[in-house]
Amino acid sequence: MAQFTRGFGSRRRDADPDLPPGQYLTTDFPVLSAGPTPRIPLSEWSFSIRTETGETARWSWDDFTALPSEEVSTDIHCVTRWSKLGTSWRGVALDTLFEDVETSFDYVMAHSYGGYTTNVPLEDLLDGKAWIAYEFDGEPLDPEHGGPARLLVPHLYFWKSAKWVRGLVMQQHDDPGFWEQNGYHLRGDPWLEERYW
Amino acid sequence: MRTTGWLAARIAAVRPTTSHARVLTLDVPGWPGNDPGQHLDIRLTAEDGYQAERSYSIASSGPGERVELAVDTVPDGEVSPYLVDVAEVGDVLEVKGPLGAYFVWHESDPDPVQLVAGGSGIVPLLAMARAHDRSESPVPFRLLYSVRSPDDALYRDEILDLAGRSLDLTWAYTRAAPEGWPEPVGRLTPDRVAAATWPPARHPLTFICGPTRFVEAAADAMVATGHDPARVRTERFGG
Repeated sequence: MAQFTRGFGSRRRDADPDLPPGQYLTTDFPVLSAGPTPRIPLSEWSFSIRTETGETARWSWDDFTALPSEEVSTDIHCVTRWSKLGTSWRGVALDTLFEDVETSFDYVMAHSYGGYTTNVPLEDLLDGKAWIAYEFDGEPLDPEHGGPARLLVPHLYFWKSAKWVRGLVMQQHDDPGFWEQNGYHLRGDPWLEERYW
Repeated sequence: MRTTGWLAARIAAVRPTTSHARVLTLDVPGWPGNDPGQHLDIRLTAEDGYQAERSYSIASSGPGERVELAVDTVPDGEVSPYLVDVAEVGDVLEVKGPLGAYFVWHESDPDPVQLVAGGSGIVPLLAMARAHDRSESPVPFRLLYSVRSPDDALYRDEILDLAGRSLDLTWAYTRAAPEGWPEPVGRLTPDRVAAATWPPARHPLTFICGPTRFVEAAADAMVATGHDPARVRTERFGG
């Protein structure tokens, strides 16, 4: 049973069924990162997927942006408790990128420029659930928000949507990434409030 | 230290630290202690069951069941105006924590520490400066604290006190400086950040905390000066 807090509640916000438990609505786009924002020239950018055999699929910026892309309208939920509803993105579905990738491993470690990592089960990335996004609101994705391109896995807390993503490495086990080693939940479903260990 | 479930927290003391920010001391039976730099979640529950939850940095560290927070009012906020203007000694809320294991200073770290704070971003950095002050650690600490005006500095007296003992302190003012202040008033420039922080050759561990714009600018300046980005840790809040 929760403890009542005397005098609280006069400035409450409206309940919203689109908000997972413990979240509040924001209209701006807060930035959360563990370090400085890396800036990657498009001429040096690449994205790769490496499997257990060492086989690596790699896309340059031109290769990548020539792939079929999708417009994505989605809600996003940060573990620090803000949610932003109806955000719009453009990106390449992971289904497209995984089309010719052969793997028997069930887990993925996403790696970013700047050294960030996050682990995600492969099934959370496929079937139209995740993208490598490179536009936000019709504009190139700002470096502060993960540009040139970031992983977008909107059904999980937003730390899983790795900014500045540069590659995915298949892994046999769900080994923890950066925040997952630093106190945050291995999977991070906002509707189940999978916030912390 | 594992994260606790929700624990009842009784407000043991409140005091203003600026005209818009307040220090709250909480008694939290069952609190496992925390490292300097960690944060916690607060949950408030209205009598009809309505709840709001937010994260706040912790100004204290170490063992014990007493936890200190400092909260700055977000004008259109829901939780911070309650904590700054309404909550009183004896009121009870709930906390969960400690949270975060990365934006943390450990007494055993061998390198000099650079703290860079903007506004209420001082809170987790003060926890580190306090821990360093009472530790045996021989490493030098420097703080660059950017505030709108002298009256907007949280913990001003205590920071001045630490500066007399264990902290190399530089103020930066963005709107109004004390009379005769020799530095320009305005947003920090890369040159001023470089002049007020350890040079890369000292290989410092840097912690930057504040509003997003401030953190972006300060972290970019550190990297441009030649600091290894992997040695610059940041915590951002707000839009």
